[in-house]
Amino acid sequence: MNPLLLIIVPLIGAGLAALWPDNRTRPWFLPIVGLAHLAMTFWLFVNPPVVAADAWLGFDPLARAVLPVVSLLFVVCAAYGVSYLQIRLERPNRVFVALLLTILGLLSAGHQSRHLGLLWITTEAVTLASVPLLHFNGTPRAFEATWKYLLVGGTGIALSLLGSFCLGYASLQGGGVGDLTFPALMAQGATLSRPWVLTAWVLLLVGYGTKMGLAPMHTWKPDAYGEAPGIVGALMAGGVTTVAFTAILRVRSVVAASGEGPMADRTLLVIGLFSMLVAALFLLGTRDFKRMLAYSSVEHMGILCIGAALGAAGVAAALFHVWSNALTKGSLFLSAGNLRRAAGSPSMDDVRGMSLLTPRSAALFITGMFAVTACPPFGPFFSELLVLRAALATGHGLATAIFLGCALLAFFGLTRVVFGIVDGRPRPATRANGKKFVETAGVVAPPLVLLVMSLWLGLFTPTILREAWAAAVAQLFPTP
Amino acid sequence: MNETLNLVVGLAMGLNLIALGSSRLPTLIRAMSLQGMVLGVMPLLLEHERLDWRILLVAFATMAGKGVLIPSLLRRAMRAANIEREIEPFIGFVPSLLLGAGGTIAAMALARGLPLLPEHAGTLLVPGSLASILTGFILLIGRAKAISQVCGYLILENGIYLFGLLLIHSTPLLVESGILLDVTVGVFIIGIIVDRIQRAFDSLDTRKLTTLRE
Repeated sequence: MNPLLLIIVPLIGAGLAALWPDNRTRPWFLPIVGLAHLAMTFWLFVNPPVVAADAWLGFDPLARAVLPVVSLLFVVCAAYGVSYLQIRLERPNRVFVALLLTILGLLSAGHQSRHLGLLWITTEAVTLASVPLLHFNGTPRAFEATWKYLLVGGTGIALSLLGSFCLGYASLQGGGVGDLTFPALMAQGATLSRPWVLTAWVLLLVGYGTKMGLAPMHTWKPDAYGEAPGIVGALMAGGVTTVAFTAILRVRSVVAASGEGPMADRTLLVIGLFSMLVAALFLLGTRDFKRMLAYSSVEHMGILCIGAALGAAGVAAALFHVWSNALTKGSLFLSAGNLRRAAGSPSMDDVRGMSLLTPRSAALFITGMFAVTACPPFGPFFSELLVLRAALATGHGLATAIFLGCALLAFFGLTRVVFGIVDGRPRPATRANGKKFVETAGVVAPPLVLLVMSLWLGLFTPTILREAWAAAVAQLFPTP
Repeated sequence: MNETLNLVVGLAMGLNLIALGSSRLPTLIRAMSLQGMVLGVMPLLLEHERLDWRILLVAFATMAGKGVLIPSLLRRAMRAANIEREIEPFIGFVPSLLLGAGGTIAAMALARGLPLLPEHAGTLLVPGSLASILTGFILLIGRAKAISQVCGYLILENGIYLFGLLLIHSTPLLVESGILLDVTVGVFIIGIIVDRIQRAFDSLDTRKLTTLRE
């Protein structure tokens, strides 16, 4: 089967959804296209195709290790989206549905990009396509968040383009003929011009790091996740950020091939720890439970970077964490979306006693919170454990200590907000608003499914998944 | 050839300073659109064995997009919002002009330190690119009006385009067209958002966008 179908089918679906006349039935495009995408991804996952070395696009081991979870997350979010958009029929959803499908197609393209320029184009397109999703609610707060997202995200994109040019110039200076596919760049290895490789690494790390939401480039994240619908937050935190992470992994392998690997790992470790620290401190201060999720996402992006800095074992752990974070964070965003709708406010100053108003979503939210703070036996516990083991095995004692300290602070911050809104007696205003929100199966089942998958991932990690991660690591760390 | 090219890059660098020093938005937009035109001419001035259609396409698309289309969108937004001037910027006009001039000198010095291929060693492309990127950042950070910030972003993009000219022979058309496409699409979206912000807040002053904070 042609991996290009993973890109084409969602884009065609997006086109059809844009032309579909009926607001009520249009959301069904999401699960239908999502299921088709999932089936194709699963088929390719089981029967990985052979990718030509000079192919610009291909279902290579790294795409195989990450793309299935994006597809899985999309299908569950799509199921949630159908119920969500039925509640929100007052708003036209043509652009919303079409762009969600476009993003699925572009994410498939981004994960499969093996060419520096193509990778940049797809990530930029994802950023631009997600802009109208952020202001779906149409409030002034949503426009403010969108504006900040555009400016910060746009600057990040511009810097990653400059970084891509610098890497291209490094290749030209090393006698390259302008072939910007990653295997070709890695094959050039030590002939790449060092000063340009270093410049490129800094710019690409800042550029794609902005997209991932690493501190200190994370400032768009709380605003965007706080104001966007839960389904958008789930897809951005679990899908869009991972494409930037795999971009960083691919670039890192080129930098390592040029002989600057230790320097790249040091910067990744520092920026990862800094992100964890910043996130932990803000988690202790925030009073908004959707912004809280954004800071938690910053923390987990930091963990991914720390994993990426720790050599082969660390990268395998980071790929595991991509899966556990996407599923767990997705569940949290969806249940938080329910709470937000029922409560009418995202702030713990106004919201109390959600366990009485929306008992199921509140239970899911609490369980998800324990899962995301790495309580066993959920997925994040095992993936973070592997990251820590890789850190100790490579002699990073201080980094391990900072990691654990930040994780503990983040745990305090998250429990403070979560129990603050779940416990107690609801205020009269919240109670009146909550009566209007019915916890149907359509809005409760999707976060539950994601949470169960996170549990399954932790307890029974399938062997084929471990093999896929190992194959991706072998691609990124070729033995000379 | 190189001398004509350097002259044109120098012109673009001068336009950076005009953009930094003017308080009137029409001047800022005019400087930006002129810079876009100048940038469009540059691919034609590079040394080629022969002028193929891809170079012509890049040149034409740059002139049309950066020189005409985007500025006219911004002018329309400016008229709709009924603003002419940038009042009380975060970084004043004289300080930003000084920063820009200092940055231009620093860019010249920095470019000398970077290893360049022999055919690029004599051109001003790298310093011009660095100076424009810096100008873009100063405008992005230092101005309060949304339109000025968009102009800053576009000048930043212009700087990156200048750097991209170094690679125009080696990177395939896809990359070049992707760049132009993305810039155009980006501005369409920026244009729409600017319009919505103006309706939602009745102003294009980003100082009013301060609800979301810890």
